[in-house]
Amino acid sequence: MQRPGTSSAVSSNRRYAGRVASTYPTVDGEEIRLDGLSKSFRSPEGPVHAVRDIDVAIARGETVGLLGPNGAGKSTTIDMLLGLQPPDSGGVSLFGRTPRQAVDAGLVGAMLQTGALIQYLSVRELLAMMASIYPAPLGIDEVLEQTGLEAISGRRTQKLSGGETQRVRFALAIVSDPDLLVLDEPTVAMDVESRHEFWNSMRAFAARGKTVVFATHYLEEADQNADRVVLMAHGRIVADGPPTEIKGRVGSRTIRATLPDAAPGELSTLPGVASADRHGESVLLSCADSDQAIRALLERFPAARDIEITGAGLEDAFLALTADPDSDAPDAAVAL
Amino acid sequence: MRGLVYTRYELLRAFRNRRFFFFSIGFPLLFYFVIASPNRGVTNFDRSGISLPLYYMVGLTSFGTMVAMISTGTRIASERQIGWTRQLRITPLSTRAYFRAKVLAAYMMSGLTIVLLGLAGSSLGVSLPAGHWLAMVGLILIALLPFAALGIMLGHLINVDSIGPATGGGASLLAFLGGTWFPLGSHGFLFELGRLLPSYWLVQAAHTGLTGHGWPLRGWIVIAVWSAVLVAGAFYAFRRDTKRV
Repeated sequence: MQRPGTSSAVSSNRRYAGRVASTYPTVDGEEIRLDGLSKSFRSPEGPVHAVRDIDVAIARGETVGLLGPNGAGKSTTIDMLLGLQPPDSGGVSLFGRTPRQAVDAGLVGAMLQTGALIQYLSVRELLAMMASIYPAPLGIDEVLEQTGLEAISGRRTQKLSGGETQRVRFALAIVSDPDLLVLDEPTVAMDVESRHEFWNSMRAFAARGKTVVFATHYLEEADQNADRVVLMAHGRIVADGPPTEIKGRVGSRTIRATLPDAAPGELSTLPGVASADRHGESVLLSCADSDQAIRALLERFPAARDIEITGAGLEDAFLALTADPDSDAPDAAVAL
Repeated sequence: MRGLVYTRYELLRAFRNRRFFFFSIGFPLLFYFVIASPNRGVTNFDRSGISLPLYYMVGLTSFGTMVAMISTGTRIASERQIGWTRQLRITPLSTRAYFRAKVLAAYMMSGLTIVLLGLAGSSLGVSLPAGHWLAMVGLILIALLPFAALGIMLGHLINVDSIGPATGGGASLLAFLGGTWFPLGSHGFLFELGRLLPSYWLVQAAHTGLTGHGWPLRGWIVIAVWSAVLVAGAFYAFRRDTKRV
């Protein structure tokens, strides 16, 4: 079995070059592919299309944040990625294998969204129990050190705090030394400091050439910890690229100015402006190119004052992309 | 061997679960002393030709071991509830290794039940030839196999909020219909129905301790058929149980 590290040198620029999943570079088929994946559930109100025909390809060594509001289809996608639920249509390939084969080969580690720990074992015993299932696990001491659990390794699992439990669950996900690490909303039960430590541990693990896919609805986490963000809404992928490109998609900066006399319709036609809003005397311009927009604004409206230019956070991109019903159309997806 | 480490920790977990231990093993013991202690002079219980302490020793041995086996389901249901079963799905742990660990943990509990009730019986004057003891324990262990599978199957089919009544009620009904508390006689509807149930042959296995006779062919067939059906059911229930609970 080939271990990771050999193929992590794929150029990060080239990874995002393609619009469609199949144009991502493939390294001897050794990557993660979701092809035309769909899943519906029955409900009293009729069928719920949890995931609608998504394509994602992930190269070895990438850290991908699967971002979206609750109900976007993230967990269902992760369930299918791990083989916990069969897709209605489409397929999953993990390093050229089915999810089950990859799991059986010990290539996959995962931290699911819900989950407590079984009781009556110490942290160390639980890790040893689970490590014994895998062909080539990490040493228990190494895992305890990496996850900051040394101090509580002798404690029974039922006596852990919420944050400690999550760290043990992370330790269980990496104890097999997996090539693919999947984390479904891993920081939900953590306070700010635990979160910070958790992401440090995750990045240290990813730095060993591992592929990481994590789901989150915390925009900041995706922004800071992923080198690629796949944004989901209503079961579809509405954007896929580095966090910076997602911000660029909806206007990377905002210009705010006090300008009582200008009509929004006129403002929105300025070069570099994506859209314009008026709030009382002030106007708000979302800009695709704020440099161009500010020059045009001052030329046309010399009376503009109190000018502020701010970079839009991922939060704005997130709201704009997931709320826009048009971006539900398949063709609008991933137009980066 | 990899599977053995996993099984060892599963046994350790079962052993450390004190409340389970107390109710699973302490309850039949307590029950035994309450019933048999004041009646130790009854030498021919219900015209069975057997003393009451002996009749209830084997009766409670079959009941206690049966409950110990079925209650695997309770622990599985709570493991499902907390998402642990799904966590196991994303490991290479084979169905066989999973079942082996669960079944051995249940047998460990049953073994302790047999030993403690044997000691309790001795303290009330029950004594049996060594050969009868061995035959009894051997047949009981075989007769418990369908119950081991039943426990696993129920654990993967029933949610944690209804598993208690399901296993408790199921075990009581099976014990009653199997003649654990009163002899079923040798004819009539209850007798005919009982002879089709694994609990009847579990009780008969325990009665082997009384008579020294093994099962007739029918007993082997009933236990084999129930084992096959319930093991298949347990595998099926485990395989399809991948959803979030």
